Amino acid sequence: MLSIRYLHAGVEGKDILRGIDLEVKAGEIHAVMGPNGSGKSTLAQVLAGHPAFAVTRGEVVYEGRNLLEMPPEERARAGVFLAFQYPIEIPGVSNAQFLKAAVNEVRTRQGLDELDAMEFLELLREKLALVEMDQSFVSRAVNEGFSGGEKKRNEILQMALLQPKLAILDETDSGLDIDALKIVANGINSLRTPDNAILLVTHYQRILSYVTPDRVHVLVGGRIVRSGGKDLALELEAKGYDWIREDAGAVQPARA
Amino acid sequence: MSMVATPKDTYLAGFAALERAGTAAPAWLHRIRRSAIDRFAEIGFPTVRLEDWKYTNVAAIAAIAFPPVLAEAPAGPGAEALEPFAFATPGPRLVFVNGRYSAKLSSPASPPSGVRVTSLAEALVTDAAAVERHLARHGDWARNGFTALSAAFAQDGAFVHLAPGTRVEEPIHLLFVAAVPAAPVLSQPRNLVVAERESRATIVEHYVAVGDDTYLTNAVTEVVAGEGAIVEHYRVQQESRRGFHVGTTEVRQARDSRFTSGSVSLGGRLARHDLNVRFDAEGASCELDGLYVVGDRQHVDNHTLIDHARPRCTSRQLYKGVLDGASRAVFNGRVIVRPDAQRTDAHQTNKNLLLSESAEVDTKPQLEIFADDVKCTHGAAVGRLGEDAVFYLRSRGLGETAARTLLTYGFVSDVLARIAVEPLRARLDALLMARLRDARAKETR
Ligand SMILES: Nc1ncnc2c1ncn2[C@@H]1O[C@H](COP(=O)(O)OP(=O)(O)O)[C@@H](O)[C@H]1O
Ligand SMILES: [Mg+2]
Repeated sequence: MLSIRYLHAGVEGKDILRGIDLEVKAGEIHAVMGPNGSGKSTLAQVLAGHPAFAVTRGEVVYEGRNLLEMPPEERARAGVFLAFQYPIEIPGVSNAQFLKAAVNEVRTRQGLDELDAMEFLELLREKLALVEMDQSFVSRAVNEGFSGGEKKRNEILQMALLQPKLAILDETDSGLDIDALKIVANGINSLRTPDNAILLVTHYQRILSYVTPDRVHVLVGGRIVRSGGKDLALELEAKGYDWIREDAGAVQPARA
Repeated sequence: MSMVATPKDTYLAGFAALERAGTAAPAWLHRIRRSAIDRFAEIGFPTVRLEDWKYTNVAAIAAIAFPPVLAEAPAGPGAEALEPFAFATPGPRLVFVNGRYSAKLSSPASPPSGVRVTSLAEALVTDAAAVERHLARHGDWARNGFTALSAAFAQDGAFVHLAPGTRVEEPIHLLFVAAVPAAPVLSQPRNLVVAERESRATIVEHYVAVGDDTYLTNAVTEVVAGEGAIVEHYRVQQESRRGFHVGTTEVRQARDSRFTSGSVSLGGRLARHDLNVRFDAEGASCELDGLYVVGDRQHVDNHTLIDHARPRCTSRQLYKGVLDGASRAVFNGRVIVRPDAQRTDAHQTNKNLLLSESAEVDTKPQLEIFADDVKCTHGAAVGRLGEDAVFYLRSRGLGETAARTLLTYGFVSDVLARIAVEPLRARLDALLMARLRDARAKETR
């Protein structure tokens, strides 16, 4: 589903990703772990198409298409979804208005009918229940005044509504209490089908007790320095990232 | 001395014609008109050398001769042409074509007893005493060339009089239509709203055009809010792309009265609105909301002046603007707190969103505070759409145009939401959505 080959990316005057190779097949969950500043969010944002990052080398193929040539909205319509580490607040636009616009945009591009107000509300009610969000969130401005946990749950709500093929979750588990963590994990697991894939960016092993990954990758200094099964996450949890840094030898640790 | 007729001569000649026609204006009005035309002859239109007009150059207006409309019954557009501007509310609607009342197009309904909703031309006859007490008495008509010119030709416009304790539930819709056959004209509606003690009404002044012509609207409205009266006032300016619009609203508030204003400016090549509120007694309050959305080479100027002349009054202002193309906006918010106006509460905010590189804003708060026990705040901001927010929306499948439109709409939505006349709010909502979308679509092509 997703092939990342020798991906180099950065912002003006600064290389952040320095040769990422990653292969994700349909039905798989991959965890990407790593210390702060190692480039996890950059990888996630580059995959979603953030214009602030320039890709300098390498390629990304998504379902046979050159992902990097597609504008962000095209990627979304083709089933790529990024849950932001820091969801953006949008004053003056209600969550309902935003969610309905997004759902219908994606539906029409996929050749489906737009949902009318009633159909949308019905779908929304169902998904709200999944993330245990109150109806009142719907009429509030997007993410405005939401607590950290509410913002994360709002991301999962969007994911549940848009039903992506490839979901990239950027530290959606960070800063959540155990109940919220379970809700988020539940949302992720409900998306898990043989046709979908999930890239789970996380700093901690914690969420991996609820969402079992097929592969775990460790990102340090803009490179994947180690890959393994789910046990690798436990090992990292026990030993921290330092041993990997040393292990990686030539790899320079990125500044946090 | 040059014998070439200047645009100014057009107004002086127009005035002479008005005098010759000897309309049945009372003596007191003749006196005001004559002093006003003398004043105009003396000062002409303002220039950028005047502090109040520093950022708004009206040389383009001064260069054109706009013959004043003197005729009583101008041939108006058909009723169908006004359909897009009508509200589906059963309230009274007065229609003015080029500033003159059109009985044919109006539906004054039958207001509750004690309430008069009619044309000024008629009220000069039927409500002579009330008109004489208030017309051209509020605010200084000698202040500039526009206000002087308005007073010189004061003859028609809307007249709303609410007797003590009366209420009009439905909004009173005053529709001013610019319908220019060929030559540019000067249309000068002169409106008077007198809300006596404990009365209440909602008034919508609505300036529209049926064509795409060059003309000048120079409108003056006086609002008198008596003790405990509540006046909700909306002013929606949708002049033609080539039209010029200058408006002055003078508000006088008695004890415990409440005045709310929604001033929306969308049209015109150059539009200026001066909104002057004076608190004449304690306990009065006003809420002034403003919204301007301009593009291309449009110029919009909002000047507000709140005179806290008495203690314990509250004013709140929120003006928001969206600028595209090479448009220009001016906001000047002056607040005066007089020495004995203790316990004044005054807040002012002006926020601007620039959608293009070449749009420009001049925003200036002007606080003059002479009392010490006061709460006064002001804030001004000029910004652009956040690129992270644009990306966030795009990452959810919205195209660039849709994303920018939605964010821009979000920027103005709080001001829109404060419009309490539902059909007006809905209409503006749809209009703005469509306009923002078109503007963005044009840009991304
Ligand atoms: N927009 C940006 N401009 C400049 N530096 C950036 C930008 N985004 C990220 N970086 C830098 O790139 C490195 C990787 O950041 P990030 O991808 O956010 O790491 P992580 O998500 O793993 O904590 C950090 O050193 C960070 O400061
Ligand atoms: Mg990060």
